[in-house]
Amino acid sequence: MNVKMKASIVGAAAALAFATAPATAIARDTISIVGSSTVYPFATTVAERFGRGGNPTPKIESTGSGGGLKLFCQGVGTDTPDITNASRRMKKSEFEQCQSNGIKDITEVVVGYDGIVVANSAKAQHIDLTLRDIFLALAKEVPDPKGGEKLVPNPYKTWKEVNPSLPDTKIEVLGPPPTSGTRDAFNELAIEGGCKTFDWLAAIKKQDKSKYKAICRSIREDGAYVEAGENDNLIVQKLVSNPSALGVFGYSFLDQNRGKVQGAKINGVAPAMEVIASGEYPVSRSLYFYVKKAHVGVVPGIEGYIKEFTSERAWGPEGYLVDKGMIPLPDDKRAEMAKQAQGLVTMTGNEL
Amino acid sequence: MSKTTEQVRKSLARRYRAERRFRAYGIISIAIGLAALAILFTDIIGKGHSAFFEHYIKLDITFNEQTLDIEDARDPEQLNYGNYDGIVREALKTRFPEVTERLQVRELSALMSIGAGYELRDLLRENPEWLGTTQTLWLLADDDVDLFLKAGEKGREDSRMSAEQKAWITELEAAGDTERRFNASFFSSGDSREPELAGIWSAVVGSFFTMLVTLCLSFPIGVAAAIYLEEFAPRNRFTDFIEVNINNLAAVPSIIFGLLGLAIFINLFGVPRSVPVLGGLVLTLMTLPTIIITSRASIKTVPPSIREAAMGLGASRMQVVLHHVLPLALPGMLTGAIIGMAQALGETAPLLLIGMVAFIVDIPTGPLDASTVLPVQIYLWADSPEQSFVAMTSAAIMVLLAFLIAMNTLAVVLRKRLERRW
Repeated sequence: MNVKMKASIVGAAAALAFATAPATAIARDTISIVGSSTVYPFATTVAERFGRGGNPTPKIESTGSGGGLKLFCQGVGTDTPDITNASRRMKKSEFEQCQSNGIKDITEVVVGYDGIVVANSAKAQHIDLTLRDIFLALAKEVPDPKGGEKLVPNPYKTWKEVNPSLPDTKIEVLGPPPTSGTRDAFNELAIEGGCKTFDWLAAIKKQDKSKYKAICRSIREDGAYVEAGENDNLIVQKLVSNPSALGVFGYSFLDQNRGKVQGAKINGVAPAMEVIASGEYPVSRSLYFYVKKAHVGVVPGIEGYIKEFTSERAWGPEGYLVDKGMIPLPDDKRAEMAKQAQGLVTMTGNEL
Repeated sequence: MSKTTEQVRKSLARRYRAERRFRAYGIISIAIGLAALAILFTDIIGKGHSAFFEHYIKLDITFNEQTLDIEDARDPEQLNYGNYDGIVREALKTRFPEVTERLQVRELSALMSIGAGYELRDLLRENPEWLGTTQTLWLLADDDVDLFLKAGEKGREDSRMSAEQKAWITELEAAGDTERRFNASFFSSGDSREPELAGIWSAVVGSFFTMLVTLCLSFPIGVAAAIYLEEFAPRNRFTDFIEVNINNLAAVPSIIFGLLGLAIFINLFGVPRSVPVLGGLVLTLMTLPTIIITSRASIKTVPPSIREAAMGLGASRMQVVLHHVLPLALPGMLTGAIIGMAQALGETAPLLLIGMVAFIVDIPTGPLDASTVLPVQIYLWADSPEQSFVAMTSAAIMVLLAFLIAMNTLAVVLRKRLERRW
């Protein structure tokens, strides 16, 4: 009996292998794109327009920046993605991973910027924060308010305690969980940005980098920062129903929900397209996509897709991506980047 | 009166009270369940009903050769690259002649959906003689306009549109040049970045192919496994071990099957990502235990006398199973399969890992085309920044619920009609 069963298992496995084998051989005629959920709304807009122009619409998966690069660097061949989107630059380690898997030629394209905003309900008082306020209100450990170079667990309960010019309301910030790229960027740009304003904390970086990161990139866990899930719409809804709370999310959600929520000024700058593009607004990051050059010409349409993405009508200051909340590159940088993208300039690895 | 009767009488009232309480607990539990269901449905229907309608705006469109940059409307190449957004803008400018400043024109153009341009292209393709003429047409409005027109007094104030845009729409509305229509494209088109153009059809078709693959694989395998285990397998430690494992598999979190699918089907067998075949394979793993367990249970309900009678008349064991046991157990098996399918239809977690969380515009034509499924479409819309997607999400949930209710009703009906009591 056992022998029979074994035989049937082997048979089933063989049947399965047989059934799936022809699938591998199928050539792909649609572009496969993976990557960041922040770039996803922009990439899908381009893909849709590209598709309506008479091409097969590219397939875009929302896997997150890290997940996307991992898939992208798996190797060359139609079973791997052609393009990956990222809301941060490729890491040196990821570039090397790609190289060791035979992906020698990669083109990097910076498509625009994304700002991270701190917002509250449009009905509440407008808030004016500094990076230092954000650090003091949200970090896990802060310098002792009594003075001295000593860290204590965050004692602040209200915004007024953090900075006398702020309103006397409870600190309650809704934001993304640690798995989110937005959270990484918020920690790095806002919390660390505020942390660095203390000279003695900034000095730790030279002595002990990991200790510095532990202090300057950690968020308190005593309930003042509420992890509201990956869904930014949910944060917007909660802000509307709770005017005393603040929320952290991407600029495109602020743009789409104007009238419901308002963005706080950070270091005196209110989030708006121009100031994020010029770098004046302190909490902003670049958005990228990476192209596998070996697939250009093998999978039809890659060049066309890149051309569509980097055309003025898409990513220009009056393009359709701006309507979706993407912040365009400055004119000269855009022209240079368009040339680099359409000419498929290969990354050397030294730029990382 | 004896002492016992006395005792019984004394306790009687207390026992009645206990029973009434016990019944009340039952009724309260059911009421809580129904209330939860009612809240869910009112919330979803309240949010989602508006997505079944969308607004159109009436415009006099001039198919101007120069603006369109088309000389021959029969040439498909020229038709494809025509500047249709240009003629829509011209029409809006004719409607509101006071708007001349560039930024304002831009705001004015934003009143129309980008779908309007594509619609004009299709219209011109069908009616090449329209080139150079003016036609009065109803064209799709942008999602923000749609939201504004659907909103009440308060919602209109909160709209993200500028004061001028609001004034233009109010003017159009007062002139009767806006119209609410049934949103047919919601049921016929694929996903889109523009809420007014997005539809669930690509997800429904994807779900259909995925379910088809799941059913074709899991039902025969599940039934064969159940028959073998019930009718032929010897009772020993090895079969007990298999039984324990099958029951265990039924309780494994579905995301594990996704990981398994990623490791085995994609990495080992090289099945392409994001295709219904792959989704079907993964969901088969997930539904198999359910089908095996329910099939075995329904085989068990077939009385032994049937088997004995058949054997007494000289039937072989295979004939007993195929001619008598299987037909009698089939209704129960089908019910189990439908419930398993309904579970699989609502599943998202394992599909996240195998690339079915994807933006799919083109309607899949077969189980090897990249596609997504209904619950994943809901997940993707729920995460979109545009406000109109809130209603779309709820509308898609309604469609999914309708499918689930239909499948579960079918399971109940099948059980009621085909089941035999012994």
